[in-house]
Amino acid sequence: MSSSNSNATVVAEHRDNVPKCADHRALRFLTAGSVDDGKSTLIGRLLFDSRAILADQLDTLEKRAAGSPIDLSLLTDGLEAEREQGITIDVAYRYFATKQRKFIIADAPGHEQYTRNMVTAAAGSDAAVVLVDITKLDTHALPVKLLAQTRRHALLAQLLRVPSIVFAINKLDAVDDPAQAYEAVRAALLDFADHAQMEVAGIVPVSALRGDNVTQPLDAAWYQGPSLLQLLESLPTAQERTVGDLLIPVQYVARDDGQTKSGGVGDQPRTLWGRIAHGRVQAGDEVQLFPSRQKAVVAEVRVAGELVEFAQAGQSAGLALDRQLDVSRGDWISTPDTVHDTNRFSATLAWLDTEPAVIGRKYSVRHGNRWVQARITAIESRLDIHTLEATDAHELAVNEIGHVVIETQQPLPVEAYATNRVGGSLIIVDPTSNRTSGALLVKAAA
Amino acid sequence: MNAPLKIEQLLPQLDHTHLDWLEEEAIFILRETVAAFERPALLFSGGKDSCVVLRLAEKAFKRKNASGEYEGRLPFPLLHVDTGHNFPEVIEFRDRRVQEMGERLVVGHLEDSIKRGTVRLSHPLESRNGHQTVALLEAIEEHRFDVLMGGARRDEEKARAKERIFSHRDSFGQWQPKEQRPELWTLFNTRIKPGEHMRAFPISNWTELDVWLYIARENIPLPNLYFAHDRQVIRRKGLLVPLTEVTPVQAGETVETAEVRFRTVGDMTCTCPVESSASDATEIVAETLQVTVSERGATRMDDRTSDASMERRKKEGYF
Repeated sequence: MSSSNSNATVVAEHRDNVPKCADHRALRFLTAGSVDDGKSTLIGRLLFDSRAILADQLDTLEKRAAGSPIDLSLLTDGLEAEREQGITIDVAYRYFATKQRKFIIADAPGHEQYTRNMVTAAAGSDAAVVLVDITKLDTHALPVKLLAQTRRHALLAQLLRVPSIVFAINKLDAVDDPAQAYEAVRAALLDFADHAQMEVAGIVPVSALRGDNVTQPLDAAWYQGPSLLQLLESLPTAQERTVGDLLIPVQYVARDDGQTKSGGVGDQPRTLWGRIAHGRVQAGDEVQLFPSRQKAVVAEVRVAGELVEFAQAGQSAGLALDRQLDVSRGDWISTPDTVHDTNRFSATLAWLDTEPAVIGRKYSVRHGNRWVQARITAIESRLDIHTLEATDAHELAVNEIGHVVIETQQPLPVEAYATNRVGGSLIIVDPTSNRTSGALLVKAAA
Repeated sequence: MNAPLKIEQLLPQLDHTHLDWLEEEAIFILRETVAAFERPALLFSGGKDSCVVLRLAEKAFKRKNASGEYEGRLPFPLLHVDTGHNFPEVIEFRDRRVQEMGERLVVGHLEDSIKRGTVRLSHPLESRNGHQTVALLEAIEEHRFDVLMGGARRDEEKARAKERIFSHRDSFGQWQPKEQRPELWTLFNTRIKPGEHMRAFPISNWTELDVWLYIARENIPLPNLYFAHDRQVIRRKGLLVPLTEVTPVQAGETVETAEVRFRTVGDMTCTCPVESSASDATEIVAETLQVTVSERGATRMDDRTSDASMERRKKEGYF
């Protein structure tokens, strides 16, 4: 167990005490690991054991194995272009389901473009499974020294606020004394999590190769915790808060006959559609629009094609207001006097483009459903990707993360990413190439 | 199967809120597409995935009245590329649905591309599936569509597993798998240059099982060849090849009648049914839970030619 004053907590110490998850939404999780630490084999094992891999797909593998045991890692092998080069280029999505739950795996490949892929996979994930290859660690020299990549993967998941972080200690089959090795690595992980003030959802020993403790619990006296799958079945999905003030980015304005935009008939009743970022809404609520600051009362609320009593965070709601106001895509609907806007804010920037970030250059930025022009006015520091410590920097290259100050051409109602993912996230797009160049996580108004 | 099956009995622990969540995501993507682009179109072939997307589009853009029908019109036309080798009952279904719903259908005919000379067949009975791409891109150009919404799913095939929800196509209609834009949160980068277009895939995160669960839950009408029926077939290389004018019997083969259904419906020259007695969507859910061969593996002749057939077709602009 972790020390009592620690922020690091491990839920589900015993497999009989794994809380049943009432939330049956699909769990999206990313898998983080480097080449050779068995990530593909682990995913292959999850897909295979849950019957998401079918006979013909297995056939293809058998052909390629040509007599040797089937290589489960080939199940996640993607594109021809990748096989030619022997590398994985991009995040791949995999699906499997148990009787309890549907799962979506965002499989991020683990080499040079790692940060870019991991940021992509982590944005929107409910959990991260960080692989620890036990054969790469000296488990007799205590305390065990973790690999830099393990720290990096976990810290990136924490930075992006992936709600649950799980460590899977892999290749237990390849060590002489798994009980001792597991305990030693577990202690090191807890110590690391403690220092990083990271909440850990579980530390699970597995052998992806043999299938031990992946879908079937481990039969060993030294580990009484859940299997990896049992743990994943119990994790919550990321939920935006449904109580408190309301915030909706307007996604789409529909005229009541279902036709839109091109018509330009101003006096027809319209429905304002958008996915609720936080709070809930019902007929009779007073709301305010941003940027016009006009107020109105909600006349009716729809979800999909139907009138409903109320709608809440996570649902797309269609609002009809009691009066005609000038509203368009990109505007925001909120509880009156709760939106604070700024055209200058500090943020963490993950740079994803091979062309480095340039201070002062005009970029296109998307916040909610609004596109505005923006500049990076200052790069204050670069994060050491292994420790996340800030070091002095004046530029950011691909796969680098730093602290920056952003200035936008119009004020935006940004909120801190830590408290609101919708109001706190932006993407930067290069206006020349249209490439998605960066991801911004808002820290605070500057 | 005498007593009617109930989904709740098949999957007692799954409470189906995951379907609500998939539905929400898909409707969100459909509205995003219509809001962010000038000239959208929805790919509609009469196939089950496009029938699901069509229902989702009704929910996204129409209103349900007291008698449970959707009122209003979709803010885009439907688009189908007809290879000329489609199953007649599917084309009949397509036209009937379009008429019932009062929607506008644009059909791109592969025959026209052949007449124009932009498609050359090496022999008359060659599979036309791959050639659809030319007719599709010609339809996009003719109607100046800047985005096509389609029912492709990531679980279908490994090249699709890496596809974005909003997937960029260059001015030749080509997919560049190495140049894909990172897709972060739901902040989709929908920016394109003149002549380029996007493909939007609202049911990317659905599996074959999800599709059937949803069809059962929502009572979505489908062409009847998706359900068990007697059909003349030829057993060839582990597949049941339907006997049609474009897939005739070959020397040494025998034709037999089998009880079958189609898991996918595409060009007649490359789509095969599977043996089944499932007569409604719920019974198909039951079968899907037991199935041992993947959707495309059981039914598609064209995907078997190489490990990377789909990827190559996709790069050329296939959907």
